[in-house]
Amino acid sequence: MRPHERVKAAIEQSEGPAVVGFLTAGHPHPDRFLRDLAAIAEAADAVEIGVPFSDPMADGVTVQRSSRVAIEHGVSLRWIFAELERRDFELAAPVLLMSYLNPLLAFGYERLAARAAETGVCGFIVPDLPFEESGPLKAALDAAGLALVQLVTPATPRERLRRLAAESSGFLYAVTRTGTTGAGLSVPAELAEYLAAVKAASPLPVCAGFGVRERAHVELIGRHVDGVIVGSALVEVLESGADPAAFLRGLKGRSATV
Amino acid sequence: MNENEALLDALIEGRLPDDAGRFGPFGGRYVPETLMAAVTRLDEGVRTLLRSAELQARLEAELRDWVGRPTPITPAPALGARWGAEVWLKREDLAHTGAHKINNAIGQALLAQALGARRIVAETGAGQHGVASAAACARVGLPCTVYMGEVDVARQAPNVDRMRRLGAEVVPVTSGDRTLRAAIDEAIRDWVSDPAGTYYLIGSAIGPHPYPYLVRELQAVIGREARAQMIERAALPEAVFACVGGGSNAIGLFHAFLGDRDVRLVGVEAGGRGSGLGDHSATLSAGRPGVLHGNYSMLLYDDDGLIHETHSVSAGLDYPGVGPEHALLKLVGRVDYVTASDDEALAALDECCEAEGILPALESAHALAGARRWAQAHPGARLLVGLSGRGDKDMPILAQYPVRKERSDAAA
Repeated sequence: MRPHERVKAAIEQSEGPAVVGFLTAGHPHPDRFLRDLAAIAEAADAVEIGVPFSDPMADGVTVQRSSRVAIEHGVSLRWIFAELERRDFELAAPVLLMSYLNPLLAFGYERLAARAAETGVCGFIVPDLPFEESGPLKAALDAAGLALVQLVTPATPRERLRRLAAESSGFLYAVTRTGTTGAGLSVPAELAEYLAAVKAASPLPVCAGFGVRERAHVELIGRHVDGVIVGSALVEVLESGADPAAFLRGLKGRSATV
Repeated sequence: MNENEALLDALIEGRLPDDAGRFGPFGGRYVPETLMAAVTRLDEGVRTLLRSAELQARLEAELRDWVGRPTPITPAPALGARWGAEVWLKREDLAHTGAHKINNAIGQALLAQALGARRIVAETGAGQHGVASAAACARVGLPCTVYMGEVDVARQAPNVDRMRRLGAEVVPVTSGDRTLRAAIDEAIRDWVSDPAGTYYLIGSAIGPHPYPYLVRELQAVIGREARAQMIERAALPEAVFACVGGGSNAIGLFHAFLGDRDVRLVGVEAGGRGSGLGDHSATLSAGRPGVLHGNYSMLLYDDDGLIHETHSVSAGLDYPGVGPEHALLKLVGRVDYVTASDDEALAALDECCEAEGILPALESAHALAGARRWAQAHPGARLLVGLSGRGDKDMPILAQYPVRKERSDAAA
């Protein structure tokens, strides 16, 4: 199975709504990265590893803060690949990297695809790379069978939605509202209609993110799409020293901790 | 014809940016999907409303009656005598609110209003764009929020007071490097939160397409006027100098001269206190291509792709990126980009004060420093220097440096 198909299969095979967990690499401390990653991969259906960036314009205060802390600890894309390479355990879920474009550009797309394939990364999410500009990166990732997940939002016109859905790989990322990451989930009346439209347009599984913090959100969104993405809330759990796996299992309704 | 000449011709003939917002390899739209609808709507607005007779007539009237255009060109004989050159100054410091920024601010404020925006967000480094935005918003009757790094809030205090008095809310930014770049990050985040009702009034020729084009179109009035004034008063200059941070003043001054192949165009970047990363803001002289704030252009970043902190004595030049049109002009060799250090800029500022009775902005002092150096290598040349703004707002910074005479005494 090619890496992008592993992502798709993992979302589709989840019992109930899939949960994609996000952590910023090296936050709150680089020493914990592989341990946290293993725990999250055990409890989630897929994992997004945030590559810290100096100017994260789509992120809210929580992810922004975690990014800054990680950079202060010297975390970089090179460091993440080196850590993934030295791990001595199998990841229980497919892993994607979430990165702004400039670190990927600086790394070089061919080398990026090769390193990702070597270290078990299945795909990429690049929030500041709209479809129109994605050609060169997509070509390099496609050649290695890696996913490039496209994002859609409530402001995305229907025709564009169909195009983005057709171009995505792994899954389609439905942003639940406008704004940056981290704020609470507002539940506009149009949310169900929007998610239904995204689902109808997408040949791939759809995961919805931005603002998912609790079990009720998972249940609400899970009625319409295939999974949820949990970012800022999980970053806060890691920051507080609590058990990320227990939090994620709680979101999935597999324990009573949430 | 080689590829670079073809690109330059396309730019001069108005075929760039192309439909994808590209100036050759540079430019484009690197924004979150959340902003694509807003950027697309703005693009449509620029294509239709900005060029409409009604908006052009309103803009022309505001530039004449409110901004005070045309701004003069001033002969600078005393500077000319010192430099061994014929020196002319394009006086954007005499525009309303004291800098070229007002041309862009009033143009975008009128466009925002025509697009139905309910509020405006802006960012500012030196404060000039913040003041211009606050004034323009007051003029058209839209609420205005200005993001400003807390480092800049401290070093440009008079402008913070002016913005507040003009009715703007000034939000100090405590994240990132706490200067212009962090302020842009924060303004974009605000815009992302309400892309339908909020208009982002960007202050330089940067950002996702169509901003670099829009800002250039609004600032090109500087060069159009200057070119006509030079022909009327003397003749075309042999060289034109402008400071370059994000590059809106420079692109505005240069654009009308691009087709005058005999006119040398020189952009002067902030050489700061040295050549190490973090000691300057010389993006075109020392940077490499990358993506920041929505476009692909020349940037200062490290081997991991992280944007580097910059330094300049001038807050308005303290930015790690530059507009994509400048990146193209460097690529095709139409504009020379050089640097002037903090010390050279401070010396040029003092010299301009002493010789001509004009206190230029620290940004503009970089252009003067570059022109002075060029004049020494080209005796008798006719030069045009863009004075992008006045230096009143720099008084808190200048207070840290002794005036020229005391400095020379100390050096003696």
